[in-house]
Amino acid sequence: MECLIGIKGKDFVIVASDNMAAHSIIAIKHDSQKQFELSDRMVMAVSGDAGDMSNYAEYIQKNLKLYEMVQGYKLSPNAAANFSRKVLAKALRSNPYMVNLLLAGVDETGEPSLYFMDYLASMAKENYAAHGYGSFFILSTLDRYYREDMSKDEALDLLKKCIKEVQSRFIVNLNAFSVKIIDGNGVTEVADIPGRGTVHKDVPLEAIHPLLAKA
Amino acid sequence: AVVSTQSTGTSVCLRGDVIVVLGVEKRSVPKLQDERTVRKIHKLDDHVCMAFAGLTADARILVNMARVECQSYRLTMEDPVSMAYISRHIASVKQHFTQRPGLRPFGLSALIVGFDYDGSAHLYQTDPSGTFHEWKANAIGRNGKTVREFLEKHYTDEIAASDEACSKLTVRALLEVVQSGGKNIELAVMRRGKPLEILDTKTVEKLVEVTEAERDAEAEAKKKAAGKS
Repeated sequence: MECLIGIKGKDFVIVASDNMAAHSIIAIKHDSQKQFELSDRMVMAVSGDAGDMSNYAEYIQKNLKLYEMVQGYKLSPNAAANFSRKVLAKALRSNPYMVNLLLAGVDETGEPSLYFMDYLASMAKENYAAHGYGSFFILSTLDRYYREDMSKDEALDLLKKCIKEVQSRFIVNLNAFSVKIIDGNGVTEVADIPGRGTVHKDVPLEAIHPLLAKA
Repeated sequence: AVVSTQSTGTSVCLRGDVIVVLGVEKRSVPKLQDERTVRKIHKLDDHVCMAFAGLTADARILVNMARVECQSYRLTMEDPVSMAYISRHIASVKQHFTQRPGLRPFGLSALIVGFDYDGSAHLYQTDPSGTFHEWKANAIGRNGKTVREFLEKHYTDEIAASDEACSKLTVRALLEVVQSGGKNIELAVMRRGKPLEILDTKTVEKLVEVTEAERDAEAEAKKKAAGKS
């Protein structure tokens, strides 16, 4: 039910993920963070089994940090992606990580890259990618409107278009999406793209049912 | 093993309130050798670093073990290591090697310094035997004793409160045993919340100049006072 989107531009990558954590038909959390910063220029968005998601992403995060400490320099997004894929592949035939992910990063020269990986340890370097049921709608939209020379604003508009499509045609309401942009200056968190419905927070009891009003 | 800790140049370390300073005596590097590979100040994590005196190869192993431990701790505890924790870890590794058959002790003393999660600065020293103690300021290596005695005389809480004073005292302490000049001193500074900063030669030389001038001025003042009385 989760949705991840990645769009690469000339010198930036945008990653968006929904904020819902669900167990079967219940949404237990509306503000879960599915994006993990692997370094100051790399982000990994994960979806899949809840425990595996954080376990795997944090494992990759700390191993990349260790490499940086021991060797004295950071790994490039290409190296980090291949390392992540290797971890998935080694576990696949014994104790697989049930996670699908997008790894986005900008390397030292300013070159952006976006990697699509799934739970079977496949990897593809793409200009745009998506995970989840939403990908059926998103990939069609991106196939139609994506251009390699888009500016950040144009790419964000295209992202909003994709999310609007998901919110309109996917039967599950995924509500808000978190968006991060990675460019030569690092990772920036952009304002959430709001959902259709609002989450009930601090609603007074009377509003829920008149009988609950204090006498 | 203790003898090998005396074989290399002096390392000195000061713990201030919001800053920690490491000073290391730099051996003169042969012309064809790349200076960057002769490092005695190592970063263990974003908030911890260590200087050592003794066998460089042994230090490399310990440093990498400590780096793995720092990340492993972050992975399981979701928190950065405290200075006490990582010093105890390094010390117990060292102790392990003194008590197992077929192993020899690590030939180095380490000065581990950094900031805890609550922002407080700490400095720990470990020995080849595996003991560790907390210090406010310490020196190890060839002329460690001389430098330590100098620090005992001159370290005050006032100095600890000022960034600049800490750096100057470190330089001054090293100058007691090291030939003058920025080429022979490597200085690293870590401020609370900021990454380790290894100062470049120019900055070090300027600091050495300022410190030497202050020291000479003090000596002059003392002479005059002695002359009067």
